[in-house]
Amino acid sequence: MVLYILRRIASAISVIVVTLIASFGLFYLAPSDPAGVICGAKCPPARYQEIADSLHLDRPVYQQIWEYLHGLVLGTDVVSGGQTVHCAAPCLGYSYVFGVPVTTLIMHALPVTISIVFGSAIAYLCIGTLSGIFAARRRGTYLDRTIVGGTLTIGSVPYFVVALLAALYIPTLIPIVPQAKWVPLTESPLKWFLGLLLPWIVLGIVNSASYTRYSRASMIESLSEDYVRTARAKGISERRVVYRHGLRAAVTPLATIFGLDVAFALTGAIFTEQIFGLPGLGVVTLRAFDKYDLPVLMAGVLIGAVVLVIMNLLVDILYTILDPRVRLS
Amino acid sequence: MTDMWGDAVDASQIANGPAAVPAARGPQTVTRGQRTRGADAEGDAYLTVSDLSVAFPTADGIVHAVQGLSYSLPLGKTLAVVGESGSGKSVSSMAIMGLHDPKSTRMTGSIRVGGREIIGLSQQELRKHRGGSSAMIFQDPQSSLHPFFTVGNQIMEAYQAHNNASKRQARQRAIDLLGRVGIPNAARRLDDYPHQFSGGMRQRVMIAMALVNDPKLLIADEPTTALDVTVQAQILDLIQDLQQDFGSAVLFITHDLGVVAEIADDVLVMYGGRAVEHGAVASILGSPLHPYTWGLLESIPAVSGEPTRLHPIPGSPPSLLSLPTGCSFNPRCEFRTRVPDGLCEKELPDLAARTGDASRASRCHLVHPDEMFQSEILPRLP
Amino acid sequence: MTTTATESAARSRIPAVPGAPLLELRDLVMHFNVKGEGMLIRANNKVRAVDGVSLTLGEGETIGLVGESGCGKSTTGRLITRLLQPTAGQILYRGHDIAKLSEPKLRPYRRELQLIFQDPYSSLNPRHTVGTIIGTALRVHDLVPKGEELPRVRELLDIVGLNPEHYNRYPHEFSGGQRQRIGIARALAVKPKVIVADEPVSALDVSIQAQVMNLLEDLRKEFGIAFIFIAHDLGVVRHFCDSVAVMYLGRIVEQGARDVVYGAPQHPYTQALLSAVPDLGVARGTPPKARIRLSGDVPSPINPPSGCRFRTRCWKAEDICAQVEPKLERKADGLLSACHFAAPPAGSLTAQVD
Repeated sequence: MVLYILRRIASAISVIVVTLIASFGLFYLAPSDPAGVICGAKCPPARYQEIADSLHLDRPVYQQIWEYLHGLVLGTDVVSGGQTVHCAAPCLGYSYVFGVPVTTLIMHALPVTISIVFGSAIAYLCIGTLSGIFAARRRGTYLDRTIVGGTLTIGSVPYFVVALLAALYIPTLIPIVPQAKWVPLTESPLKWFLGLLLPWIVLGIVNSASYTRYSRASMIESLSEDYVRTARAKGISERRVVYRHGLRAAVTPLATIFGLDVAFALTGAIFTEQIFGLPGLGVVTLRAFDKYDLPVLMAGVLIGAVVLVIMNLLVDILYTILDPRVRLS
Repeated sequence: MTDMWGDAVDASQIANGPAAVPAARGPQTVTRGQRTRGADAEGDAYLTVSDLSVAFPTADGIVHAVQGLSYSLPLGKTLAVVGESGSGKSVSSMAIMGLHDPKSTRMTGSIRVGGREIIGLSQQELRKHRGGSSAMIFQDPQSSLHPFFTVGNQIMEAYQAHNNASKRQARQRAIDLLGRVGIPNAARRLDDYPHQFSGGMRQRVMIAMALVNDPKLLIADEPTTALDVTVQAQILDLIQDLQQDFGSAVLFITHDLGVVAEIADDVLVMYGGRAVEHGAVASILGSPLHPYTWGLLESIPAVSGEPTRLHPIPGSPPSLLSLPTGCSFNPRCEFRTRVPDGLCEKELPDLAARTGDASRASRCHLVHPDEMFQSEILPRLP
Repeated sequence: MTTTATESAARSRIPAVPGAPLLELRDLVMHFNVKGEGMLIRANNKVRAVDGVSLTLGEGETIGLVGESGCGKSTTGRLITRLLQPTAGQILYRGHDIAKLSEPKLRPYRRELQLIFQDPYSSLNPRHTVGTIIGTALRVHDLVPKGEELPRVRELLDIVGLNPEHYNRYPHEFSGGQRQRIGIARALAVKPKVIVADEPVSALDVSIQAQVMNLLEDLRKEFGIAFIFIAHDLGVVRHFCDSVAVMYLGRIVEQGARDVVYGAPQHPYTQALLSAVPDLGVARGTPPKARIRLSGDVPSPINPPSGCRFRTRCWKAEDICAQVEPKLERKADGLLSACHFAAPPAGSLTAQVD
């Protein structure tokens, strides 16, 4: 078990390093002219040279990658705006556009994205699973069909349409829910909560539709298993049959889907952040893409890779905890 | 050449229950170790099924899974219910356990277990019945045990559902029973998961779980079908051995007439949802009176006797959505021409005594089925 | 049956090596690798599914392979039909070793060695009509000119007792027994010399099982097809086979003529196996005299016991059994047993029916 986890961690780290090198290669060594793009159309040659120098474009590839990794692990000195600044580890470089360390940008954006993603995840996991179980237990009835129909309707409307409509109507119709606004948790927990309520509700409703379907299917399958019949034959209460025996088996596949969903949401909350004007990771990456702010883009890719790998790892570990057949074989 | 459970655990320890465990309900009414073969008079029947019908309404029509089924089973006896798939043998046993979903099942008739009517009970009352006075073991021990809970946990849950027992008491009870059903190192193996057991050991766990509340009625639904033959022999021996100790009534559902011959006192043969023949095992397997039973006997390649050519029943079993009129078996029956006026196609025969022997009954219009068996069927059997 | 049908007994296209039997297995071995735990180097465990099996099948003969789950009987069947490639050993078909042949070179052999599966449903493609399923077998081996498969398909359906007009139906429209007949028709389509039948009737109800067994028996007689008949049901094997090989943990422990193996087996495992079968004969005859109950289950084929593999469950086992693996040797007329203490049973193992 411990060996298994260690082995998984080792392979996770190697995946991150490979991703890093590959994306570094794509961004910095592409047949484009990064310095030219950054400098703009009417670029004075001196400025161009300065940018090219700061990018170390003249050096060999392996040296560039090595420096990037070196900065990441130990910190490095970076030329920004004509000055040499020390950039402490983990150094992701300096943003060309904002002239601040990428780390600082990320540290501001990450809490926003994490708050949005985890808050809504709790919402849709609870709503989705409960309504899925509810529907599964009433399989074939009108209630069940209504729930399934509802989830299909919600699922077929593009997400940004739902989000835009919600952003327009909900604060006016339900005054308790204010317009979305980012306030750090450390500043005021209440304002943090109220400011994120709207995106949570929207994401919660939209995603709970698919979770209702997953958990309904998963529950229907587990409730038809022989061991659920055995549980009933023991004479335990129906509630215990459903929530202990049925749900216990249905939760394993759900956990897998959930882990990967959260990972993707963390790397791709662009719509939500853009529509609700929340300064999260997606917005920052998008802006960097616009301006070809390479260090920021690289950081976005890196964080994406790390999040995906970690969530995958967590799901696998969770899986071995949930399923004794995996744990003990 | 010894039984592996042997005398590893003193059987009386379980029957009387350890001090910490509440004693079995009521005194045992059956003398242990006395097994007489043959149909019993009604009287002290523990299970009585009368005119039971079970139907499932579906989109294609109503599936008449069981119709007009009646039998009784006293304590200490084993009744084997035999039939092919779709005969209604499993559906009727699930009905006795109250395991059918009341929303999608129509049940009429009466099922009395220990004098108590089961049909019409609320779910709350049924729950006390299930796993308490009646317990069930299933065909596939692999899928019938929850893969995510330890076997101890699953056995203890069954005990605590019916007894106000502490965790420690329940644990001790589980250990005792695991030992009794022949699992070595029971105390240690209690915390193992089902996948850590072999197929035969899993079925022993299922049996321990079923017996944890001293049920008076044990329903075994094809309990050895998924097992290898040497393991099957062990499990059959165990069930018989436990029945002698507990004095319970055993309802044994199977498709295997060989198993019936070894384990049953009485036999009920089912076809198309109805009982077609009922009586003591020696008479039903030795000199059956129904053409369907004849057909079954002629279809079985046995390990004993002369291997002769099999004489199978033509065609396939009827659809429960639309049973043939008259006798359900008539389209496949080679003897229907012996009954005048096409009676077989017109009229469903009663399940009634057909010879001088009142202890057995069959559902067939033939006039002298006993003579026909002796002169026509017996010579064809291996 | 018509003239073309009887042509199913046509000669083999593969020239026989003089003196070679129809099919011969020599020291056939199949080990499956399973992943074990380990930090960097994973310990490679081997499941010894088949571990040195030798067998000879003559023209038109039927050999039954019996044993409990995990004994390697199904794997042996898959090796013979080369659905698996053996780890070691030879599979000689008419004297030619097909054990290591590549797929294109196997093709003519595949036609002559057919497999019938246990589960008639999962072995038939649900999206194809029965006509397509059987027609494909004909087409693949160029047995019938293109576009002229239908008459032959109908004929085959007729041979296996199905309505020839049902060629355009799908597998789900048939019952279990009928589906097994379709599987048999597909195997027959290519006019095989050997059919490996892997538990062909064990998924079927008793009355249907008897129908399919009679059908197989008729086909065997009519077309002279040799059978390797794999089953766990000892009664079924006794009924169908001339000779029987009993397998335990990847090895043949006893082999011989049907009546000898069932009447006076000398290997303790065969005796225990026979004694464990619930015997319908007790209802009409005298019950068996000897009653043998084995304890425990079959050990894991990853780590089989040393010496004789059956010794851990054997009541006769002594020190020598752990040290020396007994050879499969002739112990009586028509009987080979692999046991240091081989002896006929103390009393009858099955019921005696007059």
